[in-house]
Amino acid sequence: MSAAPQKARAGAEKIDVIVSAVVPLNELVTRFEFTRADDKAFPPFSAGAHTVVEMRDGDRLRLNPYSLMSDPADSSQYAISVRRDDAGRGGSLFMHRSVKVGDRMKISYPVNLFPLDLRGRKHVFLAGGIGITPFMAMIAHLERMGGAWELHYACRNEALGTYVDQLTSRYPNKVHVYFDDRNQAIALEDLLDGQPLGTHVYVCGPKGMIDWVHATAAAHGWPDENVHSEEFLAPQPGKPFEVRLCRSDITIQVGESESLLEAMERCGVDAPFLCRGGACGQCETDVIEADGTFVHRDHWLDDEDHTSGKKIMPCVSRFVGKSLVLDR
Amino acid sequence: MTIQFNTETFRDDYSFRNSDWAIKRFPFPFHEDSYMYSVNMEQHRGGPEGSVYEKRFDVDEHYVSEMQDRAIVLADDPLRCQSLPHMTLAGWDTLELIMVSKSEDYPDLFELHRDGNRWRWINKPMGIDHTFTFLDETTLPCGPLEYITRQAQGDYAVLDQRGDMLYMDAGMVTTQADWSLDFDIGMDFFEWHAPVPLAHEMGIFKRALKFLLNIQQGAPARRLNWTMTVNPLLDTSPENYHKWGIQKTSLTPENIGAKQHLRVELQTFYRLPRSNALLFPIRCYLIAFQDLVRIPKWGRRLHRVVRDLPDELATYKGFIANRPLMLDYLGRHDDGLPTSPGVWPDLDSEPPLQTQNDARSR
Repeated sequence: MSAAPQKARAGAEKIDVIVSAVVPLNELVTRFEFTRADDKAFPPFSAGAHTVVEMRDGDRLRLNPYSLMSDPADSSQYAISVRRDDAGRGGSLFMHRSVKVGDRMKISYPVNLFPLDLRGRKHVFLAGGIGITPFMAMIAHLERMGGAWELHYACRNEALGTYVDQLTSRYPNKVHVYFDDRNQAIALEDLLDGQPLGTHVYVCGPKGMIDWVHATAAAHGWPDENVHSEEFLAPQPGKPFEVRLCRSDITIQVGESESLLEAMERCGVDAPFLCRGGACGQCETDVIEADGTFVHRDHWLDDEDHTSGKKIMPCVSRFVGKSLVLDR
Repeated sequence: MTIQFNTETFRDDYSFRNSDWAIKRFPFPFHEDSYMYSVNMEQHRGGPEGSVYEKRFDVDEHYVSEMQDRAIVLADDPLRCQSLPHMTLAGWDTLELIMVSKSEDYPDLFELHRDGNRWRWINKPMGIDHTFTFLDETTLPCGPLEYITRQAQGDYAVLDQRGDMLYMDAGMVTTQADWSLDFDIGMDFFEWHAPVPLAHEMGIFKRALKFLLNIQQGAPARRLNWTMTVNPLLDTSPENYHKWGIQKTSLTPENIGAKQHLRVELQTFYRLPRSNALLFPIRCYLIAFQDLVRIPKWGRRLHRVVRDLPDELATYKGFIANRPLMLDYLGRHDDGLPTSPGVWPDLDSEPPLQTQNDARSR
């Protein structure tokens, strides 16, 4: 259109930050607080948004999404809470072991794939474990705007109840906590039954919990648009495989503990992405030829796409077989 | 640069005029000698100095008179500005974006002083100096969207994003190319685009929606759209079609150069940070044919585009009946020479119009 259209780089815009605090919350979860390297104010964000944190781990660039859990109205800092995953691919371990106060890092502008439905007359939050993080920002937002909400929060035990004390002391009438080791469970059917018209339900937690909430709500006649969920998938390790990228005209190897998207980036291919967790759809890639089996793990493609063998989401999905050719 | 604001009207006596400066910076929309739909998006990150692409919200010589025209439209028809109840936060987002952008981009015209949520806004061209509390509606004379868009050129559609769909849930629409906010309010993206011919079959809207859903904070985008308008009317609304539609029959070979205008929309797209809604400003620029053909390249090219446009598009854009008259006029400004690629005037390198007299005198 105008002079020279600038080519957009993959991913959201970046912000240079300095780690201003590292606060261990319990055995598994640590909070990281960031201030801006240029001393400007952070952009405001909408509750439910995440940021993608860039980690320089030796030669390796790791990019992990984390929900912003600070108060959206506080433009002086952003905060995330990271659960250490000892069996994971190493991003959370890097955060826990290597990131220190004063470190410079890059994080992305906020991207929201789990927004509040602002039409809601009431918002019911269902959190499992570290799934509490987006609700911390949502609660701060609704408290400021005078919105109605309640939280039902399932944790493994009291010691791992991240932010439980803070939440129950601030909002004793709105926060309900359930500990697995005491055999306490959310009475979901009763909970869904008593809600006023215009209520929206949000769930963030393990996949089993998300599926349970969707299925139970549907069975009780809840419209799909009133039930919201977010689950970030971490790419799972798998057998190495080889991929031909036609447009880039290169053949690359995907290692055991890296994702197909990461392998492309390592080889200098500027592939589109946003969430890196199988949810946003940005990295959707057409398959030109495949002799083998796809290991689809995303939430984006539907079952038909998955069985068609014509599309893959390289941020979380893998391939086992002889040969794979992609339009990238 | 200081801007001399025009005293002019977009109705009745139509005293609207473009200065030489405004003509040269007009956003001519055709980058080649033909036109077909495309999503044609690019990033909105500035542009050449002095161009309409340079600032986030362009302010030009028509600013004050366009705001006066908007006030007249709203006095007659308050429904031109609407905001569904859940869109108030998006209204504050819009107010913040425009105030911050204008005060940074035009510090000689606009000032914003913020002390926490206590904000002081100074709009010198309109003589406004107002202190209010951000996010407190009771401290403004009207809703935040209406307040700020009474002080910003162009229409504003504010789109809520829910479940991979956009909804037209708020807006300020007084300078539109024949569409109605009151009719479209609450519609989804495919519903409000239903009247557009050909593009659905081409899959344009599916691709456009996917692009728009993924517009992220800090990375705004822009595109151009265009149509034709007889007389420099900002308010070509369905609500007032009975007033302006008939004017399309007033064209004659004698008056077409002055009356017929190319109407170009600079459309921009911003992800709003607090509400996660999408702001869609639609800024209208008008230029009379007789001014446009003063740029030889544009005269040549516009003739070829209008001549070769499919009938469906000429009908949809509302000028199929006047096309013969337009071609007759524009044909006199097309000598058949090739044109340089791109939208810019290229006055230094493109030759002046070669008339038959030129040819004889050689």
